[in-house]
Amino acid sequence: MKRLILAAMFMGTLLGFLSSQALAVELTGAGATFPYPLYSKMFSEYYKETGVKINYQAIGSGGGIRQLMAKTVDFGASDAFVDDKGLKKFSSPILHVPITAGAVVITYNLPGVPKLKLTGEVIADIFLGKITNWSDPKIKKLNPGVNLPDLKIIVVHRSDGSGTTFIFSDYLSKVSEEWRSKVGRGKSLNWPTGLGGKGNPGVAGLVKQLPGSIGYVELIYALSNNMPYAKVQNKAGNFIDPSIQSVSLAADTKLPDDMRVSLTNTSAEYGYPISGFTWILVYKDLKEGGLTKEKARALVKLLWWMVHDGQKYTEKLHYAPLSQEAKRKAEKIIKSITYEGKPLL
Amino acid sequence: MESGGEGSPPLLHSREGMKGMKQDKVFKTILWLGGIFFFLLLVLMFILIFKGSLLSINTFGWKFVTGKVWDPVSEKFGLLPFVLGTILTSFISLFISLPFSLSLALFLGVYYKEGFLNKFLGTTTDLLAGIPSVIYGFWGLYFLVPLIRKLEMKIGVPPYGVGILTASLVLAIMITPFISSISKEVIKMVPQDLIEAGFSLGATTWEVIKKIILPYCCSGIFAGILLGFGRAFGETMAVTMLIGNSNFMPKSIFSPANTMASVIANEFTEATRDVHLSALIQIGLWLFILSVVVNLIGSFIVRRFEVK
Repeated sequence: MKRLILAAMFMGTLLGFLSSQALAVELTGAGATFPYPLYSKMFSEYYKETGVKINYQAIGSGGGIRQLMAKTVDFGASDAFVDDKGLKKFSSPILHVPITAGAVVITYNLPGVPKLKLTGEVIADIFLGKITNWSDPKIKKLNPGVNLPDLKIIVVHRSDGSGTTFIFSDYLSKVSEEWRSKVGRGKSLNWPTGLGGKGNPGVAGLVKQLPGSIGYVELIYALSNNMPYAKVQNKAGNFIDPSIQSVSLAADTKLPDDMRVSLTNTSAEYGYPISGFTWILVYKDLKEGGLTKEKARALVKLLWWMVHDGQKYTEKLHYAPLSQEAKRKAEKIIKSITYEGKPLL
Repeated sequence: MESGGEGSPPLLHSREGMKGMKQDKVFKTILWLGGIFFFLLLVLMFILIFKGSLLSINTFGWKFVTGKVWDPVSEKFGLLPFVLGTILTSFISLFISLPFSLSLALFLGVYYKEGFLNKFLGTTTDLLAGIPSVIYGFWGLYFLVPLIRKLEMKIGVPPYGVGILTASLVLAIMITPFISSISKEVIKMVPQDLIEAGFSLGATTWEVIKKIILPYCCSGIFAGILLGFGRAFGETMAVTMLIGNSNFMPKSIFSPANTMASVIANEFTEATRDVHLSALIQIGLWLFILSVVVNLIGSFIVRRFEVK
């Protein structure tokens, strides 16, 4: 008899546990690695506030897009927006919600670690292998008073496909005609010169090891590892130090309604020119994306929270918060999400 | 389990004997299923990889194998630089590793068959096999790269520090425990009477090794070499960190290059275009085919050297 009661109690708790599990909504997402530290912070705070659990897997932007297409996740995340050709491959329209902005900085290894100023054209020439020595007159002209050594330049780039490379090459394609026709933009490139390192740590490791080297890494990586980086001249002619503020400012321009926009070579006066958004991708009609109504509602609420309350976690983690203009556009996009044609917000 | 034990004939008429036979049957079936399962797995893997690379095969044909340009932006894909990088690194590392692993095997298998030194050296080399490859990569990056750089500055080649030689050196260290411990085991298996017969005829240790042990162990040692080669062939992480990842045809052993495995590891996660993805899978197909070919050649040689 005692046993029976115990068993009944056990079953009861088990059932209660199961039903409470069924009530709590769980969302799954996959994609970009770049915003992963920010997203995991946001998602854990959001879980504390609302009890909605979000599983995010940082498998890379490409993987995130593929999984969203296969409808195995509720949302995807990407550092590069899906181009027109890619959009057609989705069975139903998708939306890009900007969450934060990041930047790519030019880092280098020179004796005495001087602060360098560079222009887009000079960066392109270095990465094309046309400027091969640090004492080149083109670099000297930009940096009067800096003692530039007679040292061979070793170019270091990312060897793995990455959103960082995409933003960097997107910028170079805009400022150098030769880069655009010879190399182009993409996550993996046919590099004309130099060595490849895997990931930000790979590039940073090589740059630290090789005197005379120059490479590019994400701003957050450079900031948290105290790496030297160059000021880069923007479209307005100002030399901009990459920082959270100057990256935020890069989005202080006219933005398109669908937010599928590259911020590189921004026309903003004090914006850092090698910046870019990172997006969360969702189906416009979440029913089409295979979500239940509860999940759809939770996802929309989460997105709203991320572009508003969630923004306070950005700066602490070296990410740039959305500019006012970007936030307004994001709100509009979130409001346009529907379920079976009816708006959710 | 006590019944039908080793040596004694099975007790066919007792209950235990019947049980033993039944167990035997079940066991045999499990073994069969296990064997077939792994064969099927191999076939399925091949089919899947082949299907994945169909798009790339249809688009590029043989140009894929002979092409020297790898350009994901304009979708031109050529495999040759990576094949060359893979073959160069694995053969150079084998070449560097062989003298060390063979002398280690002879040292532990002939000269110090037991005792403290044997245990110490044996455990240390076995430990080398257990170190994760990413740690080899880090060690190479922070210790080996500056050394190679100094060497390169002395002989006047571009001082990158990373490249085919650096990757091969680390690979050589990684495969040494595989070759040496298999070679050691086969050397230990040489019948003692043969060795003693050699000594009784007045042969020196060196003569015994040259005339008796090495010919006897040839096929076994070769099997060890094959295993080490396979490891070097497919190694990804450590190579990626040290080879310089440049998609050009390598000009010398100091130039940066790239291997098949490392290109796949680098570009797979972010390959969004179908052709790019399919091209990467086709690299996998060729890696698959090449390693099967190497293994077939290897087992052919092993059989030829086998002592009858």
